[in-house]
Amino acid sequence: MVWETIRLALRSIRRNVLRSFLTLLGIVIGVAAVIAMITIGNGTTQKVRTDISSLGSNLLVVRAARPDRGGSTSFTPRQLDDKDLDGLRKGLTNAKAVSAASQKSVRVVYAAGNVAADVTGTDTDFFVARDWNASTGRLFTEQEVRGGVNVCVIGETVRQQFFGAGDPDGLTIRVSRMGCRVIGVLQPKGTSGFGQDQDNVVMMPLPTFQRRIAGNRNIDAIYVAAQDGVSTSTVQEGIETILRETRRIAPEADDNFQVRDMTQIADAMASATATMTGMLGAVAAVSLLVGGIGIMNIMLVSVTERTREIGIRLAIGAHEKHILIQFLVEATVLSLLGGLIGIVLGLSLAGAASLALSIPFAPSAAVILLAVGFSALIGMVFGFFPALRGARLDPIDALRHE
Amino acid sequence: MARDPLISFDKVWKTYGQGEAQVHALSGVDMTIGRGEFVAIMGPSGSGKSTAMNIIGCLDTPTSGRYDFLGIDAGRLDRNRRAVLRNLYVGFVFQGYNLLPRTTAAENVELPLIYRGAPSGERHERAMEALEQVGLMGRQNHTPAELSGGQQQRVAIARAIVTRPTLLVADEPTGNLDTARSHEIMELLTTLNAELGLTIVMVTHEADIAAYAQRTIGFLDGRIASDTRKLEVA
Ligand SMILES: Nc1ncnc2c1ncn2[C@@H]1O[C@H](COP(=O)(O)OP(=O)(O)OP(=O)(O)O)[C@@H](O)[C@H]1O
Ligand SMILES: [Mg+2]
Repeated sequence: MVWETIRLALRSIRRNVLRSFLTLLGIVIGVAAVIAMITIGNGTTQKVRTDISSLGSNLLVVRAARPDRGGSTSFTPRQLDDKDLDGLRKGLTNAKAVSAASQKSVRVVYAAGNVAADVTGTDTDFFVARDWNASTGRLFTEQEVRGGVNVCVIGETVRQQFFGAGDPDGLTIRVSRMGCRVIGVLQPKGTSGFGQDQDNVVMMPLPTFQRRIAGNRNIDAIYVAAQDGVSTSTVQEGIETILRETRRIAPEADDNFQVRDMTQIADAMASATATMTGMLGAVAAVSLLVGGIGIMNIMLVSVTERTREIGIRLAIGAHEKHILIQFLVEATVLSLLGGLIGIVLGLSLAGAASLALSIPFAPSAAVILLAVGFSALIGMVFGFFPALRGARLDPIDALRHE
Repeated sequence: MARDPLISFDKVWKTYGQGEAQVHALSGVDMTIGRGEFVAIMGPSGSGKSTAMNIIGCLDTPTSGRYDFLGIDAGRLDRNRRAVLRNLYVGFVFQGYNLLPRTTAAENVELPLIYRGAPSGERHERAMEALEQVGLMGRQNHTPAELSGGQQQRVAIARAIVTRPTLLVADEPTGNLDTARSHEIMELLTTLNAELGLTIVMVTHEADIAAYAQRTIGFLDGRIASDTRKLEVA
């Protein structure tokens, strides 16, 4: 009986392939959006986590605060400067490395080629803090940093763009019209959780960057690596105490800087992803609702078209519940079909996206099962009223229907 | 007349509409039909024949009066109970055949058995048996569109008898057929009545079709105007 009913439903769907497909579009799009977003979101989160752990869980980042904490809207963030850096270098006893960095995206030229790359001015501690080494050549020295020499270390992507398989050592590239001698190539790091190529970079001494590229003495961020065995929260407290002192912040006033460790940053990124997923979830919910109404509409049409059939079935002994179940199963099978198409489509989209963004393809069995269950539920809910209408028909009237 | 009563109407009224627009389709009909009878119902258009047939077949209930079917007060049963009664004891044949389109003859015939929860093997076997009884062996995989009117009506008869019912209700079964085909159908019904003891109540407008029945009831304005029996041929 169950199998009969499902076969009957499939037959009636097949009889109107185009109509059924158009009806399903809402469900297909809704389910595909949810599946794609959640799968991509999962992949991004996984990627961010692995990136963070490769950065080192002992890393802290200090930035000028944004006035985003409750209430204190009137305050102005204060740029990090050399005094902050010196204070931290001298005052922090449990830091392995304290490094300042500023960054700008500029055009880098070599021979006839040119690319837009992230150019960072920093110091030798930066490579200690981020545990980053040269794959060929060398990193710049403390003397070179202090002297503001025009040397740079380039990322793997930049090397490939300009030099192919060749060795760039000693050659000069132009960074925003400044000539800069290449002394080494950085180990490749791949793409970050946000799809940013971490190898499309040029590193140079901070004073060189400030003078020749940025045109100011600003520091965007200070990276602090905690010593092995020291917790980041301990170091964070140390940083806060020192900076409040160097910046002469009154005891009752808020911080005008921000210290975060990598887990906090990862959480912030994850919550950004979650917000995005939530928003697309709302879009999906609307399109599922539209899909459900589409199913209700088509089932009402189907019940009307098949009034005579219903009359025949009732006359020869079908109960109300037989008719109800028949149309309910038809609506559910229809909606489930939409759900399955949506899942396949969503996974394909996520697969393509994970290739394009080089993030892991992370489908979730739970979410897929949920999508299956949800599309079946939509069929049942929106199919119920039309099915009931069919079941309640009077057999004599139904038989007379043309 | 000493036969076991299968159908019994006791002052059956059927009224449609309200007030000015009120129509009495049946106005106090009394009649009894015994098991195994073959009855033709005749009468002018609008005289209440179909209304009476719907009540006899348990599709409808009287507005007042009492209808007993198989000794059960069928006029008081709710629609699902009447559905069970129809499924177990009544077969229907309609003027317009009323087969499911795009569905094979065998599947059409199996349909009433599905609502009995019969297993598919048994359903198929009994459907084939019924198709053989109506002379349609070999046509089981044809859809209605691939069958002639006479053949479609045979499929409908097979569907009506596949449940081995007590009563066959046929409202103008030959209304859409030519004379030759009509007589073939009537011969089939006569055979079913004689061999299976199937009670048949049939509406017709044609005297030569009514002549196949043993008894003819004439309706006029919602009342029984005549009730005549053929003389038993000894
Ligand atoms: N559902 C209904 N609503 C209102 N009036 C109805 C309804 N069904 C039947 N009638 C009326 O009841 C009367 C009897 O109708 P019925 O269908 O029983 O006639 P009939 O004898 O079968 O006629 P015909 O030979 O044309 O089929 C008619 O006047 C008809 O208009
Ligand atoms: Mg009629």
